[in-house]
Amino acid sequence: MIAFNKYYNQFNILSVSLVVISLLFLIFKGLNFGIDFKGGTLIELRSSDSKVNVSSLRDKFNQMNLGDISVKKFGNDTDYLIKFENKDSKKNIIEDIKKDLIGSFGNNIDFRRVENVGPKVSAELLKSGIIAISVALALMLIYIWIRFEWQFSLGAICALFHDVIVTLGLFSLLGLEINLSIIAAVLTIVGYSMNDTVVIFDRVRENLRKYADIKIFELTNISINETLSRTLITSITTLLALVSIFIFGGEILKGFSLAMIFGVIFGTYSSIYIANTILVRLNVSQKTILKDEEKN
Amino acid sequence: MLYFSKLKITFITLISLFFILIASSNLFKFENILLKKNINLGLDLQGGSYLLLEIDNKPVINQKLQNLTITLRSYFKGKNIKLVNFKLQEDKIFFNVNENDKQKVFEIFNDEKSEINPYYPRFKSHQLEINEIDSFLVVNFSKQGLVKLKTSSQEQALEIVRRRIDEIGTNEPNILKRGNDRVLVELPGLDDPMRIKSLLGKTANLTFRFVSNNDEDTFGNEQLNYEDEEGSEFVSKRIILSGDNLLDAQPRMDSESNETVVTFTLDRVGAKRFGKATSTGIGRQLAIILDGKIISAPVIRDTIASGSGQISGGFTFQSATDLALLLRSGALPAPLNIIEERTVGPDLGQDSIDAGIIALIIGFVLVIGFIIIKYKIFGIITNIALVINLLLLVGVLTLFEATLTLPGIAGIILTVGMAVDANVLIFERIKEELKNEKNNLIAFDSGYTKSKTAILDANITTLLAAFILFFMGSGPIKGFSITLGVGIFTTLFSVYFIARLLTVLYISKNKEKEIAI
Repeated sequence: MIAFNKYYNQFNILSVSLVVISLLFLIFKGLNFGIDFKGGTLIELRSSDSKVNVSSLRDKFNQMNLGDISVKKFGNDTDYLIKFENKDSKKNIIEDIKKDLIGSFGNNIDFRRVENVGPKVSAELLKSGIIAISVALALMLIYIWIRFEWQFSLGAICALFHDVIVTLGLFSLLGLEINLSIIAAVLTIVGYSMNDTVVIFDRVRENLRKYADIKIFELTNISINETLSRTLITSITTLLALVSIFIFGGEILKGFSLAMIFGVIFGTYSSIYIANTILVRLNVSQKTILKDEEKN
Repeated sequence: MLYFSKLKITFITLISLFFILIASSNLFKFENILLKKNINLGLDLQGGSYLLLEIDNKPVINQKLQNLTITLRSYFKGKNIKLVNFKLQEDKIFFNVNENDKQKVFEIFNDEKSEINPYYPRFKSHQLEINEIDSFLVVNFSKQGLVKLKTSSQEQALEIVRRRIDEIGTNEPNILKRGNDRVLVELPGLDDPMRIKSLLGKTANLTFRFVSNNDEDTFGNEQLNYEDEEGSEFVSKRIILSGDNLLDAQPRMDSESNETVVTFTLDRVGAKRFGKATSTGIGRQLAIILDGKIISAPVIRDTIASGSGQISGGFTFQSATDLALLLRSGALPAPLNIIEERTVGPDLGQDSIDAGIIALIIGFVLVIGFIIIKYKIFGIITNIALVINLLLLVGVLTLFEATLTLPGIAGIILTVGMAVDANVLIFERIKEELKNEKNNLIAFDSGYTKSKTAILDANITTLLAAFILFFMGSGPIKGFSITLGVGIFTTLFSVYFIARLLTVLYISKNKEKEIAI
């Protein structure tokens, strides 16, 4: 049996500092919002022309006076991703750019993907993204409240908040782009983290009924160990699937799968070291669950 | 938990075979109606354009209010009430009225049988609201009035957009209402939406009006620019003909001038008016105006009574074709703005499919390999259930003709990773039970029973997340939530029926043997 409970305090301090650092990053550095949430235009361009490279493209786009511009390689050597504000919301901007580029680089220019999100839509998308995550957290809270006692809900919710905040904090730190698929990833993380926590809690409750005389400090450790191989196996198979998406699934899914990979790792960690320690700190005992069952 | 009746086994087999057969219809062509179904590919996989258009209702509201001032004035004149000092500001009509008549005006406006202010009994609301602000009476659209106005202009816009897109003939366009002032257009397979965008960007409000340089025009005149931005003319505000009078329009090559023109045919009313205008106005210039810009202003040389004519204006064949198309399909009630556009080229779509399938195969092989190493014989059982699970998932998606997107493929791969969870929970539990229980059957039975709540909880939480994604998400994200959500049901089916059945078959053959998991 591994003595997870020996490090409860140390890991609690670590978790709290991770959350604080993440919040600081989120407040001061902020998130790198993609055009979905910021508005603007994105062009994925392919050209095997040797004249086309990041700096020549950047020069060309700077001349067009489109506001903030970012140009970078995307996946392989012939693909580029260009993003700009399109601050005047010029009409027919894509056609003008295409003509301009063909004018200077010749016909070997292919627009593989174009996305254009107006300011109104991006504000709405951001709002609905925030609502979606809030509703997800609220629903999870309600669900676990129905299924367990309040001490357990508090533990699960703390673990959830930890996972979401630290994942977003990591995205802020690394400057990775937040777009619609990241919201999907965060919601899936919420589901996954909850899933993981619930399995351990289920065991904790079962053990609480079984052993009246074991203190919660020991009891959580027993429960963690009993469910440990399941926790690890599921995390590993999920990570295997995610790593496969990350490596082979193409550029578009990179951000999504990376967020999920972070989330699964944090989710596994938090079920062990946050959700359970809350139970310990709230001094949950057999009485906690029996009292509740008498009431029902 | 371990007993399966013959009937149940038959049932499970039939259901599985049914969905597997449907799933296979994506690979083979079947003639059967049920098997003709296919998974739809989202725009991000097959390539295409997604356009979200917003109707700019401001001009419509303005126009309606402007017309309303005229109606109000004459209506109240008939009731011997004089309304004065009309002005239009911020979507409101301001006017003054004699103090004694004020009460009367209010009564007329708020009467449920009012002739000028329709009452909607369903919403218990009038079309218009009247208030007193300072010395003015103020009339504006009520909330319901605005909703009615918006939905009706959305209805019209949808129809016109559909006609314009149908004229171009792209395959299977999807044109839907969004909210009460938006129209969503999905155009699969279209990689360059430039033409459609420019066609949808035009209101196509066509009018024929006389050029009138003198200020004596009773209707007043206004200065309008030519379309090529070179020069302008003063034209009368009186509309001789509008696009509504058009029956047909076609591009044609004019054999005399060797120029591309648009010929048009007018309806009866239009032909009559056109004939009259061209007979009285010989020698005058008749301006042809599209969306506030003059296309051309030819001099009338002859009376045109045939009800047909032609527009020239230095068109290329393409621009003449487009103009004819716009005129045929009619004017939009209000300008449309493209507020969101997402276009994916077909080769990127194909690349995404390829990458998605490779990721799926590799993820699948990795998970299967890991599970076999971990659980040996029970790993094989888990993997058989996993394969069937995947086929069921594809089968269900095919049956409902769901749309598969790139995030949707990610959802399938994720399902593969998470689907083993339930079996892992069961096997780990059985392992524990086997430590204290020598009887295999009892150990397996209690393993299944005791893991049930944890499995249920775990899947419900993921299902909740999928539900939220489905209702909040758009396009590709919706595709992800569908595969994730359907994946949970197929997973539970494959775990509790297929994997359990196989497990039961195995242990009933090895009742006495020591079983290691």
